[in-house]
Amino acid sequence: MSAAPVAKIPHPRRAPLALVSARATLSGWLAGNGLSGWTLGATIGAATLALPIVAILTLALRPSDSIWGHLVATVLPGAVGNTLLLLLGAGSLSLIIGTSAAWLVTMYKFSGRAWADRLLVLPLAMPAYIVAYAYVDYLDYAGPVQTQLRLLTGATGPNDLWFPQIRSLGGAIFIFSAALYPYVYLSARATFAQQSICVLEVARTLGRTALGTFWSVALPMARPALAAGVALVLMECMNDLGAVQYLGVETLTASIYATWLQRGNLSGAAQIASVALIMIFALLIIERAARGDARSHNTTGRQRAIPFETLPGWRGYLALGLALIPFVLGFVVPFLVLAKQATAHFEASFSAGFVAAAINSLLLAALTCVVAVALALFFGYAARVARGPLTSLSSRAAALGYALPGTVLAIGLLIPLAHIDNAMAGWIKALTGMNAGLILSGSLFAVTLALVIRFLAVALGAIDAGLGRISLSLDAAASTLGASALSALFRVHLPLLAPALGAAALMVFVDAMKELPATLLLRPFNFETLATHIYGLAAAEQFEEAALGAITIVLIGLLPVLLLHHAIADGRKGSSGG
Amino acid sequence: MNCRTTRALAPLLLFVSALGSQAGAQQAVNIYSYREPKLIEPLLKAFSDKTGIKTNVVFANNGLVERLAAEGANSPADVLLTNESGLLVQAVAAGATQPVKSEALDKAIPAALRDPNGHWFGLTRRARIVYASKDRVTQDTITYEELADPKWRGKICTRSGQHTYNVALIASMIAHLGEVKAEAWLTGLKANLARKPAGGDREQVRDVQAGLCDLAIGNTYYMVSMQKTPEQKVWADAVKMLFPNAQDRGTHVNVSGMALAAHAPNKANAMALMEFLVSTDAQKLYAEIDGEYPIVAGVPASAIVEAWGPLKPDALPLSKIAELRKKASEMVDKIRFDQGPNS
Repeated sequence: MSAAPVAKIPHPRRAPLALVSARATLSGWLAGNGLSGWTLGATIGAATLALPIVAILTLALRPSDSIWGHLVATVLPGAVGNTLLLLLGAGSLSLIIGTSAAWLVTMYKFSGRAWADRLLVLPLAMPAYIVAYAYVDYLDYAGPVQTQLRLLTGATGPNDLWFPQIRSLGGAIFIFSAALYPYVYLSARATFAQQSICVLEVARTLGRTALGTFWSVALPMARPALAAGVALVLMECMNDLGAVQYLGVETLTASIYATWLQRGNLSGAAQIASVALIMIFALLIIERAARGDARSHNTTGRQRAIPFETLPGWRGYLALGLALIPFVLGFVVPFLVLAKQATAHFEASFSAGFVAAAINSLLLAALTCVVAVALALFFGYAARVARGPLTSLSSRAAALGYALPGTVLAIGLLIPLAHIDNAMAGWIKALTGMNAGLILSGSLFAVTLALVIRFLAVALGAIDAGLGRISLSLDAAASTLGASALSALFRVHLPLLAPALGAAALMVFVDAMKELPATLLLRPFNFETLATHIYGLAAAEQFEEAALGAITIVLIGLLPVLLLHHAIADGRKGSSGG
Repeated sequence: MNCRTTRALAPLLLFVSALGSQAGAQQAVNIYSYREPKLIEPLLKAFSDKTGIKTNVVFANNGLVERLAAEGANSPADVLLTNESGLLVQAVAAGATQPVKSEALDKAIPAALRDPNGHWFGLTRRARIVYASKDRVTQDTITYEELADPKWRGKICTRSGQHTYNVALIASMIAHLGEVKAEAWLTGLKANLARKPAGGDREQVRDVQAGLCDLAIGNTYYMVSMQKTPEQKVWADAVKMLFPNAQDRGTHVNVSGMALAAHAPNKANAMALMEFLVSTDAQKLYAEIDGEYPIVAGVPASAIVEAWGPLKPDALPLSKIAELRKKASEMVDKIRFDQGPNS
């Protein structure tokens, strides 16, 4: 962790006074223990949000048939290997795609650049399992590409013509990277757009080329933001079931589900999920440790247009072409497959309840978005004001819920909620004789809480990175001028955080729109969102009939992309032109 | 917390609870369903039209048994509907069900397709069969045992061995052959695969049509849905249906089913729904919408399904399959079935 060790200064013991207010006693106690209200709030908040993780860990510790002998002797080594390779592959490929696209769009001026900037975010609206479905449909043995190739070459059987197998680890790495690189792109874009121009200019003045500046200055400075983006990609890969199942790649998630559903061993499944969590946590800690105490923030608040290097003529078209490749792979191809299916099955898919489901989706996503971003802002800022391992660790631990498969997270939440509900119901019955039933379980509260927990990591990553770019000397200045931490937040940090907040809100909104497994399991009776509505159509593996719903999710997901894009790209005045 | 504050808080909590999860208690039945809305909604509509009882549903593909168990005594759920028998047995093991004594149910449903203690009941049947290429496969009968015959090397397609349909089939093989022979059989089947197991049942048929494999393992009702879907009709038309072991012990059959929740608050309505679902009307709806075999003797299947000829089901009780499920799933891991033929 990057926090400086807390100086151990013994506090003088306060004289016990008779008329000390409770508040003074509390703050005195807190101060006496080296804590502040921020730390306390962040710790309590994080503890609440960590409920599902705690429940899963508790479940894992419950005595059950031991699974490890069997697993270690059979599929575990392969599953761990596949999982690590998938994380490594998809993590690096997304990093490369997202960072280079962001650099290209930020630093160079070419025709169509502003469009490319918006389009590059769009794959975010595409659920990974849909991308997997589309590519298998295209590229598998029975798909149009291989069928045409066989017709052209005269090949008749599977052994006559070699073609890369899309249902493979390599295919999964490709598909996850194509679907998830926008997490890195958005982080990188927000960072590059905010990087102090002075530093870049100094590098150029000292004789660095544009590319040299990128490698030696911009990239190291952007590292925290890039790491945050990649962390999201890794956690998405870890929590996915739909895509890997469709692609026939055995990851740890496959073992979690086989242990739970086929062997009826929920505790065993929780144990594997815990191992997956530890793997992700270790990766994140290693990255943090490697980064060390290095911090980088802007040295100046002055905003000047980035000196675009203009790429005229064919070089401009080349740049545009390059920038659009990820968009085509992550969005256009799967969108075309969906569109083809949607037109063929229009009647079957457009059923009653579609509009109501769309409204529910929008409301739920908006609510999740506001709460998650506000909480992330609180956690991020608390870690800044009250620097200490407790504050930053607790929020980070809570955010790990993102790495759990959605259904597992939902079970981790419904167990403690049902406990609380049953305790409350017993208590109300004892007092009033009335049956209150379950209050929190199976309510919209439960669904919203699950979504907030699930996507806190997304908001936290973006906001942490944004805060990291703001120099601590600004906090000191605000403090010297008499501003409290709270007023500094509103008057100093928030305006500077606009791009990060925009990116966070956009990602959380779109993610909440497409979330399926947790909403599906925790929802109240008769409650439908677009995602659950699609599930209803696709449940019997009728992907084709769900295509229209999927397209609708994608299209609604585009709204915030267009709305919030401005905030992100406009981190610096003048940088959104072109 | 002292007594006064708790009293002050109680009305507030009651108010919140009214906003919360409770569905209206008047003449309603609350359902947790693993089966898809497209199939269940028409059935529930018919039920409401007939009885005036409102239905409230949560549809989900995973975790409803866990939700029911966690909610415990205060759970609002009355009836659990599942798409296969394994989940029913898990619900019983979790203590989330209660026994039902109903002459109507016992009379309608064959004993092998319900729990001896009345904790769960089958509702519809489907057979797990072999779809064979019309062009490349000449034989018209087959056995499951034969799928391990080296003559099919590189010719068979199937979905993941850890999918519940395959786990149940493997469990039935363990019951019939014993563990040792069943493992040799599964190993032989794995060696005969054309590729790594992946996708759903219909995609295996798609791969037969494309020429990647000659045989595909799949459930019967997919034939009906493929024939109803324009671009999939080509796949369906390329294959014939072979009902394995029709000449000896019969074809492996699984059921979709139902159970009464342990703490069902609307028990009478729940019973009315359960008995409705085995009525001739409901069984016909199941048969028409989903192309499954009715569970009640005397109710005909849909015209398409009737045209396949009579089904000879394996008489092995589902409770036996449920018992061997864990062993079957472990066997899939043990021989690394899902890593495909080249591992």
